[in-house]
Amino acid sequence: MSTIQKSKIEIVKAPEGIEGPGFFATRIDKVVGMARANSLWPLPFATSCCGIEFMATMASTYDLSRFGSERLSFSPRQADLLMVMGTISKKMAPVLRQVYEQMAEPKWVLSMGACASSGGVFDTYSVLQGIDRIIPVDVYIPGCPPRPEQVLEGIMHIQELAKSESIRRRDSEEYKNMLAKYNIE
Amino acid sequence: MAKETNKNTDIIEKEYTTLNLGPTHPATHGIFQNVLKMDGEIIIEGESTVGYIHRAFEKLAERKPYYQTTILTDRLNYCSSPINNMGWHMTVEKLLNIEIPKRVQYLRVIIMELSRIADHIICNSVIGVDTGAMTGFLYIFQQRESIYDIFEELCGARLTTNIGRIGGLERDFSPKAWALIDKFLNEFPDKLKEFENLLMRNRIFMDRTINCGPISAERALEYGFTGPNLRAAGVDYDVRVMNPYCSYEEFDFIVPVGTQGDTYDRFMVRQEEMWQSVSIIKQAIEKVKKEPAGVYHADVPEFFLPPKEEVYNNMEALIYHFKIVMGETEIPVGEVYHCVEGGNGELGYYLISDGGRAPYRMHIRRPCFIYYQAYTEMIKGTFLSDAILTMSSMNVIAGELDA
Amino acid sequence: MTKKKKMDLLDNVNEKLKAKFGDGILSAEMHYDFPVFTIRRDIIHDVIKFLKEDEELAFGFLTTMCGLHYPDNKGQELGVMYQLHNMPKNYRIRLKTFFPVSDPHIPTVTDLYATANWMERQEYDFFGIIFKGHPNLKRILNMDEMTYHPMRKEYPVEDGTREDKDDKMFGR
Repeated sequence: MSTIQKSKIEIVKAPEGIEGPGFFATRIDKVVGMARANSLWPLPFATSCCGIEFMATMASTYDLSRFGSERLSFSPRQADLLMVMGTISKKMAPVLRQVYEQMAEPKWVLSMGACASSGGVFDTYSVLQGIDRIIPVDVYIPGCPPRPEQVLEGIMHIQELAKSESIRRRDSEEYKNMLAKYNIE
Repeated sequence: MAKETNKNTDIIEKEYTTLNLGPTHPATHGIFQNVLKMDGEIIIEGESTVGYIHRAFEKLAERKPYYQTTILTDRLNYCSSPINNMGWHMTVEKLLNIEIPKRVQYLRVIIMELSRIADHIICNSVIGVDTGAMTGFLYIFQQRESIYDIFEELCGARLTTNIGRIGGLERDFSPKAWALIDKFLNEFPDKLKEFENLLMRNRIFMDRTINCGPISAERALEYGFTGPNLRAAGVDYDVRVMNPYCSYEEFDFIVPVGTQGDTYDRFMVRQEEMWQSVSIIKQAIEKVKKEPAGVYHADVPEFFLPPKEEVYNNMEALIYHFKIVMGETEIPVGEVYHCVEGGNGELGYYLISDGGRAPYRMHIRRPCFIYYQAYTEMIKGTFLSDAILTMSSMNVIAGELDA
Repeated sequence: MTKKKKMDLLDNVNEKLKAKFGDGILSAEMHYDFPVFTIRRDIIHDVIKFLKEDEELAFGFLTTMCGLHYPDNKGQELGVMYQLHNMPKNYRIRLKTFFPVSDPHIPTVTDLYATANWMERQEYDFFGIIFKGHPNLKRILNMDEMTYHPMRKEYPVEDGTREDKDDKMFGR
């Protein structure tokens, strides 16, 4: 008798809903959240050492693509998740701001590493002390550089945010006020 | 833009396009900008802008004591940080006139050669990726994970290692570290051969990379090239041979040299250097076995932290510990320059000490910064895709470029 | 190279330089394992040219150069250090020259070594040393809008706009 090993690969569970022959009824934001969370296309804004740890996260051992991020998008228009990895200097800050503004909603920002979150070790005249001075950040990953497992946990947090986000959030007053604080139109 | 052509006279007015390559660009590995003036697909001239990740290492070092500056050196060429760390330690040891025991030197050689392999793995696989060959990258990156495991066992960190101390290493190699190194040496040659078979005699790869971004040996020397880029151009200058440090004169290895200085030569030089590094590690392991076991630092209590048991029980050790951590040790006044063969060439540290706890002036001779000047000259007249390949084969690391 | 060979190199270069430039050579010492010569500012370009073109010495490779700032040496605050290398014979020497901060001009060596281009731009960016004859002397690593030269000793390393670090605790 052949023993077929049960596959460990699980498909994402469907949200709660009412099922019947030929139809499935559920809340639209649950479906949209599930679709968004499991197909985040990151824009790797890799500047320094954290970029190499990101390359290791993308490689076979810590495989990022099983979370839906198979296709890295270097074009801001086609990306969902802006991963800022590495030190951002004041010379680079306008570039980062421009890339963020070019991204289409919904978009999330992940700040990886100590340098992107708060300037890190480099408390100097030329380093921006944290990217949250210029763009709103959703998840911060501490570490110098963070281990790939921490990066994956950060992505999973973004997935939770994407799943549970209300589909009207990006038009709400609160969101617009937050963007206005950063002087983003 | 074409003007109306009269049947008798053929006048077509040309206009060059300006293309902005970077700072954020998928193919430039790192953030630097090149504004290129192009005639269709051919590059007429370019202008580089660097400094997008300037973190002021030289100024920061004036604030940090000698043992804290090691973390800054990590983040120079972050693909091979142990070499940078060891270079800094050797510079300070030269200033302080500390003599390192042989066993420690051999252990340092093992660490440095492992990180050289790690650096060349990235560079060569990324050349493959830029020609469209993702497979080599995915296969050989697994070996980098094995090297990370070894580094983690030795010092706790994977990438920015801060490995070693002034006067030796922070701990001896544990049995697990030796087992991991043996496992790596058993597996790596086969995997490297597999990677080589994918690319080295691959017709498409050779057609893409031969004659792509060449530089002559004279121009390379004028531009201050060192390291694999210079050796690909034909000059056999290797700091490990010319100015041996850390007992490299006792090791037997070949320095591979290319002929034309194009991308294929750079790929081949790095490939052969990886094989030579494997051989050096094997020789170092044999040499370590012959030395008295357990020695992992020099006998310099003024500069090397004593073990914690002694600090809690012994008055002298407590005083030394206090003096080292607070920076009250006697540092001689003077200036010293020491260079090591980094992943990209001659990495030099110029240190001026005024007797205080932090350097008075630290200047780092960064090979990437020096040879990147030649990039716009190397890509003149080539296609855009060749320019991308040239950049990735030169192994420009943004951290070392800007410091 | 052995210590004796290095001392020979020091003496050899010293003799040749003194023969040609006389009292422009302010000092010749051995620091650890490098012969170091201090040269007067106005002849530094000619000295480097002589060292490059001399048949025996032939220092054809400029390893590195960097700027120095000693605010306590009145009249000689800024300085430049050059390290030259003769690869075939493995000779290395260091040259230094000093000049006042009120007149920070020094001739460029880009006509002798193409590699000095960006190195000099970096020292201009950090210290404000103006290299006469440089083809493109503008800032390279810092932002173009920066108004001061940050590596000089009077400027702090920290970012001035940071409010959350308490000076008492972080000892700036």
